[in-house]
Amino acid sequence: MDNKVYAIPNVQTPGMPVLIDPQKCIGCNTCVETCQIDVFIPNPVRGRPPIILHPEECWYCGCCATDCPTPGAMQFNWPLPLKPRWRNRETGTVSQVR
Amino acid sequence: MGTWHEYLQSEGMPPEWPYPIKFGEETELDADVLVLGGGIAGCWAAISAARQGAKVVMMEKGDVRRSGAGGPGCDHWCNVPANPLSRVDPDEWAILEMESLGDYSNGIGIEIQCREDFDALLEMEQMGGKIRDTDDEFLGVEGRDDATKFMVSPRYSVDGALAPAKGWGEPGFNPPEKRNNTVLRIWGSTFKPVLKKECLRLGVRILDRTMATCILNEKGRQGARAVGATGINVRTGEFVIVKAGAVIISTAGAGHLWYLDMEHGGYSTMYSRNQSGDGTAMAWRAGAKVTMMEVSSPNRFSGGLKHKWYTGGGDASYENVPLVDANNKRLPAPTQGWTDGGAMFSPQADIIARVREGVKRGEYELPFYADFASMKPEESHATWDLMLTEESTTKIMVQTMEAGGFDKHRDQIMNYTLIEAQPSQQYRDPAGGGGIMTDWDLMTSVDGLFAAGMSTFSPGDHSYAAATGRYAGRKAAVWAKQRGAGEISREQVDAEKERVLAPTKRTGGIEWKELHNGLSRVMQYYAGEFRNERMLDMALEEIGRIEEFAVPQLYALDPHKLMRSLEDLSIIEYAKIVLNAIKERRFTSQKLRIERQDYPENDPEEEKNYLALYQEDGKVCFQRVPIRYWGTMKEQYEAHNPDYTGVYKG
Repeated sequence: MDNKVYAIPNVQTPGMPVLIDPQKCIGCNTCVETCQIDVFIPNPVRGRPPIILHPEECWYCGCCATDCPTPGAMQFNWPLPLKPRWRNRETGTVSQVR
Repeated sequence: MGTWHEYLQSEGMPPEWPYPIKFGEETELDADVLVLGGGIAGCWAAISAARQGAKVVMMEKGDVRRSGAGGPGCDHWCNVPANPLSRVDPDEWAILEMESLGDYSNGIGIEIQCREDFDALLEMEQMGGKIRDTDDEFLGVEGRDDATKFMVSPRYSVDGALAPAKGWGEPGFNPPEKRNNTVLRIWGSTFKPVLKKECLRLGVRILDRTMATCILNEKGRQGARAVGATGINVRTGEFVIVKAGAVIISTAGAGHLWYLDMEHGGYSTMYSRNQSGDGTAMAWRAGAKVTMMEVSSPNRFSGGLKHKWYTGGGDASYENVPLVDANNKRLPAPTQGWTDGGAMFSPQADIIARVREGVKRGEYELPFYADFASMKPEESHATWDLMLTEESTTKIMVQTMEAGGFDKHRDQIMNYTLIEAQPSQQYRDPAGGGGIMTDWDLMTSVDGLFAAGMSTFSPGDHSYAAATGRYAGRKAAVWAKQRGAGEISREQVDAEKERVLAPTKRTGGIEWKELHNGLSRVMQYYAGEFRNERMLDMALEEIGRIEEFAVPQLYALDPHKLMRSLEDLSIIEYAKIVLNAIKERRFTSQKLRIERQDYPENDPEEEKNYLALYQEDGKVCFQRVPIRYWGTMKEQYEAHNPDYTGVYKG
């Protein structure tokens, strides 16, 4: 990774429908083929994780993460305004998906 | 690394487009039956046509393995009155269903669903889909039949209960011995992969990542027999021409017509961006009749960029979970559970009004919760680990909430229904409304062009799509065999190719998102809650300006953006049909969800009919078609299917 600052357009949001662990992802591209709307493209380097190209088109069906054959390689990531909340009925403590 | 920006930072340059660019190149294929759309209806159509011995080609925008509204899963097989636990007659149930829909839905499709969707379900099991509790995971859950291991769903367990039935919530309401047992719980996330596998096993030629763009009519004449279709590969841009004896449209609705802001395309709708009404627009251009296009309603399920459906945007009362206020006081809202057997909270205006008034008076305090913790453990287990785990797009909710510590026996999911206020009138949903008209063979008014699933002005649920797809496939196969191949017109192909590739000839101008938002703005402004002749004319004029000035500037830098651009053009076509239909309906109608300020008379008797629209030589034509134009459902079904053989024997 270099420190160069590139002139790029604003980043699309929400921009991270999934979190990919590059240590675990084997670059099999199952997610690339599973996604019905082509959120991902394969990495030019075979075996590397896919590139999230169209994150703002994601409809959060989750098939990419649930069909990923490598445990822990892909984690679904709700956009900040969509993270569900719940309450412990007894204590009243409210929690939220991280 | 993961995003495009991280790649750029890491590599010092953007990635090159990963697929070969083939703009201008074309492939030509032949088929007996061509299926457009590889969702639930499309897969079943392809399978059943192939089982009749037809050579089948299927085009699908995504990958058939998980594409379509039912791709991620489905938790309920609706309207399956032919199942062995049912207490109702399929033909009578179909009539009840039509009555509960105010007679405005596709009676042909519903009769087919009620007659045949149990057969389809058994065939799903043959293919490897899970339809019973074979692992005995849900022993003791209400509705589980220990002999068959089928699990009856609590949904619609009272006759015709699309709305809450009288007496819901009272002790002794909806006792087990009186339930109709017409909905089964299923393991729908297993379905789509096995459908694809079966298509491949049967030799169906699947064109994944290929968007259908145009029905080819014989001699290129609008209204003439369908003899094939064109498509475009959404990764390479290659143009595809398929000649076919029969064509089946099994595409999605137009979920995004009124949705401004495509930056948040999938935020909270029930539909992926791929649902853009392409099939209806194609059928329309081919000269087929469409109907009920005037129908739309505020998006019930948290439309307008609100919270995602089951994660709280809608409400879990849909799945047997009681709703409570901040003090754990039960809300006066029915669940689709055993106790109430009623419809879900969101669409019930009178119940929402009661709750809203209660909140204002301090009777109920916000926020509300879906009270999983108060349910019997086996029932919350079934709701959470079967219904929500298997339902479209909600498996990921179950997984991420559990990873975050949610415990279905201890916790309550926050519900945003009132916090987010009422659905916005201008964020409307055309789904469940209009679509393509068919006869009893599911053939449209264009010879050789069939339709199934969501595109047939239907309720659009999973088993409807499966049953009508399966039916259309076998009818189309027979038709194609009898008629043989037709002649395509190269002139029509060339004109379509030019239309499809036009946005790729430009590198600047208007991009698909801006075009979409321009169109949505027209629909929101002029065809939202309030409509009158002046505004509808303004809408059509404005769309005319969009077509004249904006469309010629539409540009697409790669095949994916080309797909989105072409979807916009479908949506524009769809919008024009909708506006023409609303304009032609000069009355107000609760049943059809039309408000005309200039014509306030409500549902006049003489206008109780279907408004069919079609094009002749490019001119919009109207026709009034009587309610129940399909005749007596039972008689007609039997007359058209004397040789139906039931479950596939292999």
